[in-house]
Amino acid sequence: MSEQTKRESLSEQLLQRATVSRFDVEQVVIVPVLAVVLALIIGGVVMLATGVAPQAVAQSYAALFTGSLGSVYALSETLTAATPLTLAALGIALGFRAGLFNIGAEGQIILGGIGAVVVGFSFAGLPIYLHLPLALLAGALGGAAWAAIAGWLRAATGAHEVIITIMLNLTSMRLLTYLLRNPPIQNPERTDPISKSVLESAQLPHLLDWLEPNLRLDAGIFVAIAAVVFVYWILFRTTIGFEFRASGLNPDAARYAGMRSGFIIVAVMALSGALAGLAGANQVLGVIGRVSPNFSGGIGFDAIAVALLGRSHPVGVLIAGLLFGALQAGGRQMQASAGVSLDLISIIQALIIIFVAAPVLIRKVFPWPFRSKAK
Amino acid sequence: MDVELRGITKRFGDVIANSDVNLSIRAGEILGLLGENGAGKTTLMNILSGLYRPDKGEILIDGKPVRIESAKDAIRAGIGMVHQHFMLVPVFTVAENVVLGVEPVGRLDWLDLKTARKQVEEISAQHGLDVDPDAIIEELPVGIQQRVEIIKVLFRAASVLIFDEPTAVLTPQEVEEFFEIVRSLRDSGKALVFISHKLHEVLKVANRISVLRDGKIVGEADPKTATDAELAELMVGRPISLGVEKKPATPGPPLLEARHLKVLNEREEFAVNDVDLTICAGEVVGVAGVQGNGQTELVEAVTGMRPVASGTLSFLGQDITRASTRQCHRLGMAHIPEDRRRSGIIGEFTIAENMVLNTYYDSRYSSGITLRWPDVYKASARNVADFDVRTPSIFNLSGNLSGGNQQKLVVARELSRDVKLIVAAQPTRGLDVGSVDYVHDRIIEARDAGVGVLMVSTELDEIMALSDRILVMFRGRIVKEFDAAKATIGEIGLAMAGVA
Repeated sequence: MSEQTKRESLSEQLLQRATVSRFDVEQVVIVPVLAVVLALIIGGVVMLATGVAPQAVAQSYAALFTGSLGSVYALSETLTAATPLTLAALGIALGFRAGLFNIGAEGQIILGGIGAVVVGFSFAGLPIYLHLPLALLAGALGGAAWAAIAGWLRAATGAHEVIITIMLNLTSMRLLTYLLRNPPIQNPERTDPISKSVLESAQLPHLLDWLEPNLRLDAGIFVAIAAVVFVYWILFRTTIGFEFRASGLNPDAARYAGMRSGFIIVAVMALSGALAGLAGANQVLGVIGRVSPNFSGGIGFDAIAVALLGRSHPVGVLIAGLLFGALQAGGRQMQASAGVSLDLISIIQALIIIFVAAPVLIRKVFPWPFRSKAK
Repeated sequence: MDVELRGITKRFGDVIANSDVNLSIRAGEILGLLGENGAGKTTLMNILSGLYRPDKGEILIDGKPVRIESAKDAIRAGIGMVHQHFMLVPVFTVAENVVLGVEPVGRLDWLDLKTARKQVEEISAQHGLDVDPDAIIEELPVGIQQRVEIIKVLFRAASVLIFDEPTAVLTPQEVEEFFEIVRSLRDSGKALVFISHKLHEVLKVANRISVLRDGKIVGEADPKTATDAELAELMVGRPISLGVEKKPATPGPPLLEARHLKVLNEREEFAVNDVDLTICAGEVVGVAGVQGNGQTELVEAVTGMRPVASGTLSFLGQDITRASTRQCHRLGMAHIPEDRRRSGIIGEFTIAENMVLNTYYDSRYSSGITLRWPDVYKASARNVADFDVRTPSIFNLSGNLSGGNQQKLVVARELSRDVKLIVAAQPTRGLDVGSVDYVHDRIIEARDAGVGVLMVSTELDEIMALSDRILVMFRGRIVKEFDAAKATIGEIGLAMAGVA
């Protein structure tokens, strides 16, 4: 064989993809599943320890299941809760990929909600195919602008984004209270802090109300799915996503490769904020129909957990978002029918994150399914 | 104290790092341990110093089997290791560093620094190490810091000392002093292991040489009779040519010109202070100097990574004083960075992704917005094959490659495109003989094709072997220029120390 053909056959071989290692499968699939199982077991122990009767524990978990997956209504509730979580978590995951800890999703959700509601109650007479996209866009821009402040401060002055986004969270909550008490946002017919309602032409249509009027699932779910695809595309198909990932994994190498770190930081934060803003817009345009003081409801903080559980991969985030949505929908049912506080769900969620973050612990508790050695 | 390794085998997953290794380390003797990167030297020594446990085999000390299961066990057994990268607290004094972890305590468990100082002085005097126990580590030159590491090991009553690539950071003069210390330790009855890839150093200082290849001991040699070429062949497993064969340079027009260049470092000092420099097409200009004399900053300024404080830089007749890294790349500059792990590659990226780390935006690989992965993969596979990066697939993570292969990956990325100037900083740091040779050949090949090369290296051998002109940098200035054909190591060494 000549040198030339030898090299050619070698490059053919090199193009073969490596098989996925057993370790990776265990780490990505088995560990999270067992983390959920273990968290549920410990949740049961907590219930027993706080005086809940064993039958009631079983009843609670039955309610958790039926409340999240057991009926069309349950599914609708699960998906309704999962939509904003997934959107905001995608933004946070994007930040993680670029090495930025955007803890400010809550504030960006609030600004996104404000943007969406303002466009949503203005422009009477616009057709839905213009008004709704415009309102969503306003939500995205609100979140993006708010997050870009943190990005710009980080890039220009080196101030840490965690501190800035926490401060911006607090600022946004005060800003919201202020805006809700004053025109033009406050509903003039009300004395309590509540905004004008979104016009019908800007509402995310409910998808299942033809089946039953109280099914809340709205078209926001499509926005979330589109966002999953979009984030995947950005991260793994585009040059700017390549820059995001490179700067996240090794900023020195990114600098060496001539990537513009300042621009990347601002771009990532803005995109991340846009996704959180969409989560806020989704709540305003689909679920609530207006803005109230606590409309964000801590979604921005739960979303951090969702992004972590989803390992900052868009598909992982979607799955984790669905899981957390199910826990929330099921948790309400659990509270209603078994009388167990919704706080238990928060405990379970927190435990899941702890176990996912400590895979060695899972391997110790459930040694059976693991064949590869921990690294 | 004699140490005997018998039948040591260690696996990591499917990789056999050591396979049935037998090795004896004897008191009053210096054992040279040679091997390519990934041959299993470090694994073997980590087994001896308690960081890893062998899958099979046993360790005997003075004929009695011992179990070494932790670093503590190793220290107790009298085995100490001087690492390549020093483990010292920069703001502590020598004495404080030496006693760290095994502090002598007085009444009420108070730290007894007086005793510590005295012990450090004693050890220092006993072995001719000449170190001031009150000096602050960060104010000491690297050569002295290394002595502190040696004192640390001796303080822990080690009778077996393992040195991992100890001369990598030293000037030629410091290397000589280091050899003196090692010999004096040997004469006082210590057993020493000297791990290195520098053949002539091993030949010079060792009493016995063992060569590791692919995890196995492939041969022993007597330094009195062995030659460089024999040892290199043992290490690599095939005959290789040592040294670079090159024709005299035929320099063309100037490519890169620096005039009165001044560059600041992080501490706002002039790391590069009034440097004038010209690199012509078709010549290799070597910048010699002890690490930390402004070479890093010079390279970063030339490649657009660090702002120029004053003076001018031009490349191909264009002013690049304020050019970005991207602009420099585009004009045809290749940069082999000093520290591949820190900035040359991204360990969590695949080989293919690393292969386009600074060309991904190019029209060959991108439509402007999206990357054309199939083209990236094809080009990567070709480069991997051409530059002999050893990997089963371009989709493997580059962090899992051995150091030598990572460097080949960097070289492949930088030299596979059409470049006019190669800026190479420590292009062969930590590489084995086979790879060093390979990288050198590629650089000379590029030179012969009319590419200019600015090479910064702390390895004088490399500077001597490749350069057509040699500049010596000391405290930010170019203090001397040599014609490579006429310069001697001694002259350059003196200039590096700032004497001439």
